[in-house]
Amino acid sequence: MLLTAPLLSGCGLGTAPILNPKGPIALAERDLLFTAFYLMLIVVIPVFVLAFVFVWRYRANGGKGQYKPDWSYSAGIDALIWLVPALLVAAIGYLLWTETHKLDPYKAIAGTENPIEVEVVAQDWKWLFIYPEYGIATVNELAFPQERPLSLRITSDTVMNSFMIPALGGQIYAMAGMTSRLHLIADETGQFTGRNTMFSGDGFADQHFQAHSMTNEDFNAWVQKVRQSQTALDEVAYATLAQPSVAHDVEYYSTYEANLFETILAKYAARPAHSAAGMEQ
Amino acid sequence: MLGKLTIDALPFYSWVAMAGAGVTVGGGLLVVAIITYLGAWRYLWTEWLTSVDHKKIGIMYIVLALVMLIRGFIDAIMMRAQQAFALNSDGYLPPEHFEQIFTSHGTIMVFFMAMPFLTGLFNIVAPQQIGARDVAFPFMNSISLWLTAAGAGLVLVSLVIGKFSTAGWTGYPPYSGIEFNPGVGVDYWLWALLVSGVGSTMTGINFVVTILKKRAPGMTLMRMPMFAWTTLVVSILIAFSFPALTVVAIQLGLDRYLGFHFFTNGDGGNMMNFANLLWIWGHPEVYILILPAFGVYSEVVATFSGKRLFGYDSLVYATGCIGILSFTVWLHHFFTMGSSANVNAFFGIATMIIAVPTGVKVFDWLFTMFRGRIVFHPSMYWTIGFIVTFVIGGVSGVLLALPPADYLMHNSTFLVAHFHNMLIPGALFGYLAGMNYWFPKAFGFKLDETWGIRAFWFWIIGFYLAFMPLYVLGFMGMVRRMEHYNVPEWQPYLVVAAIGAVFVLVGIFCIAMQLYVSVRDRAQAVDTTGDPWNGRTLEWATSSPPAPYNFAIIPKVEDIDAFADMKRRGVVGAKPERYEDITMPKNTAAGVFLGAGGFVLGFAMIWHIWWLAALCLVAAVAILIMRASNDDDEFTIPAAEVEAIESKRQHSTLKLPTDQPEPGVDPAGKQPMPGNI
Repeated sequence: MLLTAPLLSGCGLGTAPILNPKGPIALAERDLLFTAFYLMLIVVIPVFVLAFVFVWRYRANGGKGQYKPDWSYSAGIDALIWLVPALLVAAIGYLLWTETHKLDPYKAIAGTENPIEVEVVAQDWKWLFIYPEYGIATVNELAFPQERPLSLRITSDTVMNSFMIPALGGQIYAMAGMTSRLHLIADETGQFTGRNTMFSGDGFADQHFQAHSMTNEDFNAWVQKVRQSQTALDEVAYATLAQPSVAHDVEYYSTYEANLFETILAKYAARPAHSAAGMEQ
Repeated sequence: MLGKLTIDALPFYSWVAMAGAGVTVGGGLLVVAIITYLGAWRYLWTEWLTSVDHKKIGIMYIVLALVMLIRGFIDAIMMRAQQAFALNSDGYLPPEHFEQIFTSHGTIMVFFMAMPFLTGLFNIVAPQQIGARDVAFPFMNSISLWLTAAGAGLVLVSLVIGKFSTAGWTGYPPYSGIEFNPGVGVDYWLWALLVSGVGSTMTGINFVVTILKKRAPGMTLMRMPMFAWTTLVVSILIAFSFPALTVVAIQLGLDRYLGFHFFTNGDGGNMMNFANLLWIWGHPEVYILILPAFGVYSEVVATFSGKRLFGYDSLVYATGCIGILSFTVWLHHFFTMGSSANVNAFFGIATMIIAVPTGVKVFDWLFTMFRGRIVFHPSMYWTIGFIVTFVIGGVSGVLLALPPADYLMHNSTFLVAHFHNMLIPGALFGYLAGMNYWFPKAFGFKLDETWGIRAFWFWIIGFYLAFMPLYVLGFMGMVRRMEHYNVPEWQPYLVVAAIGAVFVLVGIFCIAMQLYVSVRDRAQAVDTTGDPWNGRTLEWATSSPPAPYNFAIIPKVEDIDAFADMKRRGVVGAKPERYEDITMPKNTAAGVFLGAGGFVLGFAMIWHIWWLAALCLVAAVAILIMRASNDDDEFTIPAAEVEAIESKRQHSTLKLPTDQPEPGVDPAGKQPMPGNI
């Protein structure tokens, strides 16, 4: 870590979201990456050293090493080159198993209370955020109080998307008719970029948004601001919003159509609601 | 009459697209003009296009691969140029054009550069390595070639007539479905995959049977050269994985053409099934591309270290392990789809386990160099460059195999850097090493080494410049497939990556120069004996280029490194008591016609010209029936003619070095000699 510090400050890496996480989930994911990387150096460094030493020592043109053209096996070396990588993989594998369970994106963040629920809908080419607790909705702006976990339910009203806020942690796909879950938390205030990482068409490059981690007071003020919006996300407004648009401006909706998220999901049900109802009659 | 095909299909919508179409049409016309000028049509038709000789088919595969390498690289450098400029601007490519380019780059490099290249090497080398006169199914081999060429042709034509897919080389629905992509682009991609996929499947079957049934007496499986082993394992992978691709392409086709709902958003469609099926093919495919290169490296490193391969058994088992494990890891391509932690952890661990046999191979090659006498032939440069570079890709691969880390890096440029770091050193460098190594076998003269080494340096420097910045950009939050961006910190890295692409461009130019200089000066580099490198395996026992039948007398194999063993026993060039008649398959135009039929069928289906598609299907069946009922498909080379050919050839007189006793050590017992104690 000490070695990487000077590197981080230069070359724009000081702001690299993956290397400078703003929440414990992203931090744990990054640290797993670093731990595995350092463990693997046990195998990688010998490969580099042996490659350079052997190429130099055994070059036909002036190499000092002895020449044994029939030498082609050593049980000791064979055992070593199978066992060392195998033990290493066993070690990283143990780490993988425990960390994958610990960092399961569907799992609520332990030891925290009162998560803020947000429903997220991917559209062409923007993100809709619905706050059931506050009865408001926004486009391309996600605000939340710091140190209060974000509990996200994610779906898509278009093609497959992938939702990610790199500074806060990993991503999850957004797929029509399905709900995926993601739990994130920020441990400081700030503005972080989030985006769709899964190519989805012409407006893909501009499909990013700002995630604002705020103090409780600022967040309450933000909620009030959204509530004062003149726009409501009713059925008609939603239909307009769902049309493809590139680099959509931030929008605030003081209210939204009841059960909007469920309605969007139901559009893609295997058996659409009306026909299912029809069968029951 | 012409389905959806109208004058609007021509690319008058943008000057870049028009230029691309112009270059494609112009290039095609130029080739036609040159062949006509040389009056070479008849020669080309009778000696090459209709040939069922595995060596000529192999050469044609590699010509196709090199042409498509250039096309795929043009796509790459256009993307690098776009991203180098497109900070807060649209660059010079509109999104829709950029999307076609990243889709065709991936599609071409995987299906129409790498696949033909490795299949070409299989064809030229594998039968000779196992002491066979031909592949098991020579006519099927010709069909495979021409169906692959037909698929490549469809991708090329999409540049001129209509548009190519914008859905990425993996073509995930629902984006690639008819609802979101009603144009012909996805259909071009689908039919290119379907037509060439049939060819690839047949190649797999052909080489499994060839290697299992056509080995020379004494060539047990555990005496086969490593390249023959990788050919066998890869052919099995092809035969078992390509059907998954064909099925998933047909399902997507049914969705698009007949309104099925396999992968649609609603009505019971499930896009997750596509991802699973695609990668059940797609992950074995990675090893289909990489293992042949591993085979090449194994041959090259032994030959140019002047030494037996270290740990042959280990290498065989490692290859087998990789082949089997490659079917157990597909889900790591979509850890972020929301599978449970148990599922993700299982596939993550399975993925990491592959690193073990792969690591074993790397060490086996290193210990082959240990106590060797390394000659720095260009193919050895590619091999050493590969070992060092590939390890970096292996590390990033293990990092991506950790699901929590993958949540951060998935879809990022880190991922792009990772798989290029596997496939450029791990596949392409190997193919180029193989081209340098076996070129004299195929053509009878050696490739120029100076230009070969220049090509290597430009490629490897270009590789590091192009892809190390992408690793960093992944940490900075950049994702793949961005037509423009608004983060100023990214731009310097993207400029460096673009410079890397320019280095690779010079590298490709060096390869072209290497070919040109070698052909020009071929008289000075003739391989008279068929054994230019003091080789160890049976392909060096034939003349360069080999006679149509490869081996006048099928060799008897008594050891791994069969040809080295023959040299040691002093039986190289021993004249047999008598020669025998040799029966070989006749050339046939049926393969070319079936390929042409596949191309027109694909084109007709893309443009909904139903009558033409039906006609092609009927014609294909008719051609197959005619060919099957033609019993006059072989000819005999009389023993006298074989003797005449063989008496003219020279045999290798090279001696293989053996261990020299160390001073004062008894060579037999490795015991200190009494006198010296």
